[in-house]
Amino acid sequence: MADNAEILAGLAEIVEEVAGVAQDDVTAEKSFVDDLDIDSLSMVEIAVQAEDKFGVKIPDDELANLKTVGDAVNYVSANAK
Amino acid sequence: MSNIDVVITGMGATTPLGGDVASTWDGLLAGASGIRRIEADWVDELELPVKIGAMLAVDPSEVLPRVQARRLDRCEQVALIAARQAWADAGFEQPTDEHQDVEPERLGVTIGTGVGGPVTLISQNDLLHKQGLRKVSPLTVPMLMPNGPAAHVGIDLKARAGVHSPASACASGAEGIAAGYEMIRSGRADVVIAGGAESCIHPITLAGFAQARTVSTRNDDPTKASRPFDVNRDGFVLGEGSGVVILERADRAKARNARIYAQLSGYGITSDAYHITGNHPEGVGQIAAMRQAMTMAGVSPTDVGHVNAHATSTVVGDVGEAAAIRNAVGEHVVVTAPKGALGHLVGGAGAVEGIATILAIYHGLIPATLNLEDLDPKVQLDVVSGEARKVELGAAISNSFGFGGHNTALLFTPAA
Repeated sequence: MADNAEILAGLAEIVEEVAGVAQDDVTAEKSFVDDLDIDSLSMVEIAVQAEDKFGVKIPDDELANLKTVGDAVNYVSANAK
Repeated sequence: MSNIDVVITGMGATTPLGGDVASTWDGLLAGASGIRRIEADWVDELELPVKIGAMLAVDPSEVLPRVQARRLDRCEQVALIAARQAWADAGFEQPTDEHQDVEPERLGVTIGTGVGGPVTLISQNDLLHKQGLRKVSPLTVPMLMPNGPAAHVGIDLKARAGVHSPASACASGAEGIAAGYEMIRSGRADVVIAGGAESCIHPITLAGFAQARTVSTRNDDPTKASRPFDVNRDGFVLGEGSGVVILERADRAKARNARIYAQLSGYGITSDAYHITGNHPEGVGQIAAMRQAMTMAGVSPTDVGHVNAHATSTVVGDVGEAAAIRNAVGEHVVVTAPKGALGHLVGGAGAVEGIATILAIYHGLIPATLNLEDLDPKVQLDVVSGEARKVELGAAISNSFGFGGHNTALLFTPAA
């Protein structure tokens, strides 16, 4: 089971790959939409890659609640098998 | 129709001869070929009769940021690259929220494509079947839609007067330029980013063209395969690329002291209503398109010194066009056919060849038709071969025809 720092680092890699945001800018308090300028299409790609990387399921109604990077880290941490 | 004059103040291109207009033009003048063997496993695996193509000289991945490139079909990538070049060439800066060189409400886009993004469609279909729904890109639809190239350019350069994407197969790029002219003449826009784009070199398109018996199978000698008007031609060579011009109201261009390459003085568009791939045996539609262009521009056939031919290097098409040119313009005209060097850029062809026509006027220089060694006696026209020819031009026509029976002629004149 990965700790939160590892999950954050893994998410940052995905966000950089999909949206071109530098990994150092992907920090817990950042909003995907407002701070990182990630659109709904890229969020779908990020969610699919996160599912594969962390072995979690992120249903659409849960994805809508993941406003910040920290929200995503906490969701993965709580739901990873 | 209004009397607004429309001029060309910027040009951009990415083609099999080069990653911009200058290298493409230099390649045309130097007698270079953009055609080579396709280096892909499927060429031999599928036993296609066609193993050659005219691939881009500069891959879009070398030009566009990685993240932007992955959101775009290759057809959209080439359109965006050519459009940004044309925009900068016109002296405009990339628009921001604070600064725009052209008022967005007065800026339009008319960029056509023959088929848009079928390569995306096919690859995403493969993913769906092999790896399931989750692996299908959420960008699939915006990447495959044929208005995608024009729409992305409109977003990038902030065009709010309307974005249009004519689809008329191999005439799409020329129709894009004609549509831009209409936007300005009708008062809808002051500046239009106009042209065409294509990138569909794929086993299925090559197989389809091969089954239609329209493509050259001179696989052992790629640079000699495309030979418009030559007696030994055996079909076209599929290429990819984009050409984009900045069309601008002449008074606006003069007021800002813009460099004016040429004036777009008229166009003709007709349809054959005859056959889905074959051209009309008497060429009535082609003749009518060229005549319409001359009428709209107010020039007579004797004023037209040059025709940049559509001539794709097919056995039937080239002599049909030659007869139409003799009929509509006359035997005095000096002809060239850039597809010998460029291959056939489909929806990009009319725009790139329009740019070559504009440069012929601008520089007084007509590039030779590559591989024209033995002129088909049925052509009966002065087709430039060997070396480029210096000619002062008062007017020049660029022809583009497409599957479906589309005929487009653009008529350019020197800057007034």
